[in-house]
Amino acid sequence: MSTRKLSLKDKYRILTRDLEWEYSYRDYREIFKQEAFEGIKITDWSKWEDPFRLTMDAYWKYQAEKEKKLYAIFDAFAQNNGQQNVTDARYVNAIKLFLTGVSPLEYQAYNGFAHVGRQFGGVGARVACQMQSLDELRHVQTQIHAMSHYNKFFDGFQDFTHMHDRVWYLSVPKSFFDDARSAGPFEFMVAIGFSFEYVLTNLLFVPFMSGAAYNGDMATVTFGFSAQSDEARHMTLGLEIIKFLLEQHPDNVPVVQRWINKWLWRGTRVLTLVAMMMDYMLPNKVMSWKESFEVYFEEAASALFKDLARYGIEMPRYAETAILEKEHVSHQAWSIFYNYTHAAAFHTWMPDDKEMDWLSEKYPDTFDKYYRARFEHWRELERAGERYYNPTLPMLCQTCQIPMGFTEMDNPTLTAYRQSVYQGERYNFCSDGCKDIFDHEPEKYVQAWLPVHQIFQGNCGGPDIEDVLGDYYRINLGVDNMDFHGSPDEARWNAWHNLQPAEDKLKQAS
Amino acid sequence: MSKVYLALQDNEESHSIVEAVEEDNPNATVIYQPAMIRIENEGQLVINRETVEEKMGRDWEVQALHVNLITLGGNVDEDDDTLTLTWKD
Repeated sequence: MSTRKLSLKDKYRILTRDLEWEYSYRDYREIFKQEAFEGIKITDWSKWEDPFRLTMDAYWKYQAEKEKKLYAIFDAFAQNNGQQNVTDARYVNAIKLFLTGVSPLEYQAYNGFAHVGRQFGGVGARVACQMQSLDELRHVQTQIHAMSHYNKFFDGFQDFTHMHDRVWYLSVPKSFFDDARSAGPFEFMVAIGFSFEYVLTNLLFVPFMSGAAYNGDMATVTFGFSAQSDEARHMTLGLEIIKFLLEQHPDNVPVVQRWINKWLWRGTRVLTLVAMMMDYMLPNKVMSWKESFEVYFEEAASALFKDLARYGIEMPRYAETAILEKEHVSHQAWSIFYNYTHAAAFHTWMPDDKEMDWLSEKYPDTFDKYYRARFEHWRELERAGERYYNPTLPMLCQTCQIPMGFTEMDNPTLTAYRQSVYQGERYNFCSDGCKDIFDHEPEKYVQAWLPVHQIFQGNCGGPDIEDVLGDYYRINLGVDNMDFHGSPDEARWNAWHNLQPAEDKLKQAS
Repeated sequence: MSKVYLALQDNEESHSIVEAVEEDNPNATVIYQPAMIRIENEGQLVINRETVEEKMGRDWEVQALHVNLITLGGNVDEDDDTLTLTWKD
């Protein structure tokens, strides 16, 4: 008997749409309780399209193939002491930030897609969410697995889940996902499926990962590209859900537009971390943050929003500000972390001469004018044995939770500062975008767990800085934190490579 | 017209796919970056199973593209024989 192979389209119909059944003895609204409350109107779920027409059998087949390739490389990396072959030990700090700040988001995404998949009445959307949920679980697992090798040789990796829930800068990515997951199912899809996956994650998983490759980190580039191969599918799902919502009912258009405005801005703020990883934490440079932003945000987003214009969707409201900020955010974020490195679970440093020159070349309109002098001053202080650490606690933006260090784009020397008053209390914001998001849903954002407020309220281990950093955050003080120069990471690296410690070099130079 | 794009891991399988894409989309631009290959084109990019099979010298399913795919931009349409990326403007 010969078996005839089903076409992709038939297989997709049978293995997804045919899994649906009629709800005969329960009310639809009782089964899908969250489908209507956000004001989104769905008239016909059968119009949902999955352009890849991916079914479970094909999903397992190709995912298994990806995993086999991935784990072969992890093994090779470990067996060949790959940790010794990265460009220099400073680079590994970008990976620490990845494990503590990004990988837990993959886990949140897994939770989020598992949850929202259950809330949709359409079987096509449910199956797509189920696969994405599994993908996200795979991402967090493979990332932890890859980085566990670095944990054997470098500091700062050991307590990443504990830190993610507590440490001040990690509240930025954590609260971003908390915000999305506590929204309704359609807002979650627009936030994560569309705004984050389609427009923003490319910036992390494409140019940064290419940078990881260029810095000898075979393990990271491989998990990054392996994850991103799933993202290509997620992006397509994200775009489909937007088109689907916009085609279902004209009343959906303004709701979706507001979510796009909100989540594009929320996302660009989170990506500030990636901006400084690109410009400051990759010793071998591939492209600047600004260049990446031009390719993966400006060019890609303008194509996307031109395509969506036929539905009445416009470029997100704060895109213009985000585009102006591409000249500044990496330098401003690195300054913040340099200031507060004593309170971080990774090391920072000032760029050397060659790196400063690269920044001048890549940022001809801003780096020399606004940032170089400050950085050279800090370097002088370090040479004089007075490395600058900021002893105060910063004010945080109520929405994005980043210290208020961003500046006005029409005057980049002036810190941007916005306020709103809600029920007699004053709230502070870093930008118009963050203020508008708060003003639309103040009852949500007044509940934000702001790390600095919590420290002052005595909720973070005690009154002294050691209580907070050591006991509550579980940072190994003097080991995980402080400048890279003089760190145990640096000493180990130098010992592996018979290099002279930076301190001795400084002494000789002076 | 906006650019659609596709990025693949830089490996042997991808080289055959890139060759096929270049042949079927003569105006496409191919950019080599560390560990990856980016292909972009105005308005549309097409990957044909037949051309890829010819370059690889063996059978190849369009869905196997996922194994080496890093990212893409554009509206996707896929069936047994082709994958198409388009921006309609």
